[in-house]
Amino acid sequence: MSAQASKEIKEPLFRITKRGSITAGKAWAIRGLALLGALLTGALLILLLGHNPFEVYASMISGAFGKKIAIQETVKLTIPLLITGIGLAFAFKMKFWNIGGEGQILMGGVAASAVAIYGTSLPHVPKLLLMATAAIVVGGLYGMIPALFKAKWGTNETLFTLMMNYIAIQFIMFLQYQPAWQEERTSFPKIRMLDASAYLPKVFGVHIGWIISLILVFVAYIYIAKTKHGYEISVVGDSPNTARYAGINVSRVLIRTMFLSAALCGLVGFLQVSGSDGTLTENTANGVGFTAITVAWLAKMNPFAMVLVSLFIAVLERGSSSIQTSHGIPSSAASLLTGIILFFMLGCEFFINYRLVHRGKKGEN
Amino acid sequence: MDIVFNLLTAAVLAGTPLLLGTLGEILTEKSGNLNLGVEGMMFMGAIAGIAGSWFTEQWFSGGGFAAAFVGLITSFLAGCLGALIYAFLTITLRANQNVTGLTLTIFGTGFGNFFGELLGKKAGNFVAVTTETKNAFAGAMNFGPLSKIPVIGQLLFQYNWLVYLSIILAIAMAWFLNKTRTGLNLRAVGESPATADAAGINVTKYKYAATIIGGGICGIAGMYISMVTCSGVWVHNCVNGYGWLAVALVIFSTWSPSRALLCGLIFGGLKILRLYVSIPGVATQIYDMLPYIATILVLIITSIRQSKELAQPKSCGLNYFREDR
Repeated sequence: MSAQASKEIKEPLFRITKRGSITAGKAWAIRGLALLGALLTGALLILLLGHNPFEVYASMISGAFGKKIAIQETVKLTIPLLITGIGLAFAFKMKFWNIGGEGQILMGGVAASAVAIYGTSLPHVPKLLLMATAAIVVGGLYGMIPALFKAKWGTNETLFTLMMNYIAIQFIMFLQYQPAWQEERTSFPKIRMLDASAYLPKVFGVHIGWIISLILVFVAYIYIAKTKHGYEISVVGDSPNTARYAGINVSRVLIRTMFLSAALCGLVGFLQVSGSDGTLTENTANGVGFTAITVAWLAKMNPFAMVLVSLFIAVLERGSSSIQTSHGIPSSAASLLTGIILFFMLGCEFFINYRLVHRGKKGEN
Repeated sequence: MDIVFNLLTAAVLAGTPLLLGTLGEILTEKSGNLNLGVEGMMFMGAIAGIAGSWFTEQWFSGGGFAAAFVGLITSFLAGCLGALIYAFLTITLRANQNVTGLTLTIFGTGFGNFFGELLGKKAGNFVAVTTETKNAFAGAMNFGPLSKIPVIGQLLFQYNWLVYLSIILAIAMAWFLNKTRTGLNLRAVGESPATADAAGINVTKYKYAATIIGGGICGIAGMYISMVTCSGVWVHNCVNGYGWLAVALVIFSTWSPSRALLCGLIFGGLKILRLYVSIPGVATQIYDMLPYIATILVLIITSIRQSKELAQPKSCGLNYFREDR
């Protein structure tokens, strides 16, 4: 400060102070304003392209909800986002950055497909149950590897889980070349379509994954908010030292929670393979593992809020593919708009947590 | 011998965009910002580079070095723009770095593909620059007699100018981070912003500058992909994971620009190895896993050794609030 000390100390125009508390209504009003700002930015972009923003937005909504089949497709997009979001939130709550959802989904898909491919003779229901179990266990174990290293040596989990995504993708590409996994009598590098007996039953035109996801919302809420495990997770997340002092086995909590987090992602792999696609490709996860991170974050790790957030993102994706046909706007607009909305939502949290105080005001802190 | 030769030169070409992305991210992370938006910024740079060159050609009816230069500038600026969004959200608005970075990747991927398709429509069916501009990017530089030296000339003096630019950049950055006061200040900011702040370093300014310039370099890396790898044609999803590979490479080179030179070559080699060397019984897809497995091994080994020299800047991933100290 030696150089600055001689100068007159300049007070900035605004000073930032932490808000003591904010009413829920006010917080939601700020979030609402941010969403509005994001939609206006999107509208500006649409306007620059020479389209009417109202028409385009309306066409997006009707593309997502207009027809029965549209609603079914939207729900189908929501399911993996929701379940993955719940899974990732477990890890995020203890400040473990699991960005390997993508890989865990894929490995779950591999396990489920393996059961279906090597166990063709199994009857319908046992087969599905076995597929689900395999997906959950394999997905969970795959995610547990980085947790083991984190617990033992503090290895950086953000980058570790990220790398695991690509290994999973390459592994699926490897499987695509294995004759046992290919369509019979062809050598085309593609995993075959599973038998109809490996497909999930449908309720209201959508595979039962949506029922599973809604059940999971309640289970996850109870697990996080009402059980000892959930309490341990939040203590470890807030302060590992406090947790240790209180006699919590931090390593065990870390490994256990990460297994659960990845297991849910693995389950998503099963649902995608068995309910949605009928086969496994390197695109089975299709960015869900990444998008779900933002779902969990925007919902503040609250499973109920995640239902809304994941539905909202699904509407954006679904709506964007419909404006491609109706207005000729490239469907990549979905990720563009999602990005803009997320930027605004991330930014607005600042105004919920902090207050700008003009320098004229004195006497409070 | 020929195989080794071809492998080496191909590895240099394949490794250059990785090296550029890595250098950008090293600079960013040295300021304590873990920007996971490299993939997004590369997409932004890729489309901005091709758009800049294409529009220059349209307006001045003719390609060549002018168009290539405009492409370089626009891609740099696009990368800066992406990084500016990230910097504003994480530094000023204190948003979570991981989530913001991922959002930048989502946004940038959409940005690239969206405007790529739009530009394609405007240009007819697809957008492509003229051969002159293409050559201005991908053509080998002429070093006169040097290029004619057998073996050495072929190995060292026959690449495009972006290869040499990235090598110079790596050396310059190594010098900057180790030998200049500004560079050392930047590292102090990344290791311990509170200490740097107490020492009178303007943490915010350093973080903004490093993140934005780093993003610009990532933008150039994206341009390399659209202009050299894809030879001046917009290919949907062209960056396709290169950005994430660059993030991996930052770890692999343990946050050192000079080691990044070598590691970029290794990664480039691993990326194309299967085209040149085939070991019976090892599937090509297993080859493609190697860069990621190597990165994980480096992560594990450095964490076991607890090496402070080879570790991530200490404050990386954490935002700095002066009031929270």
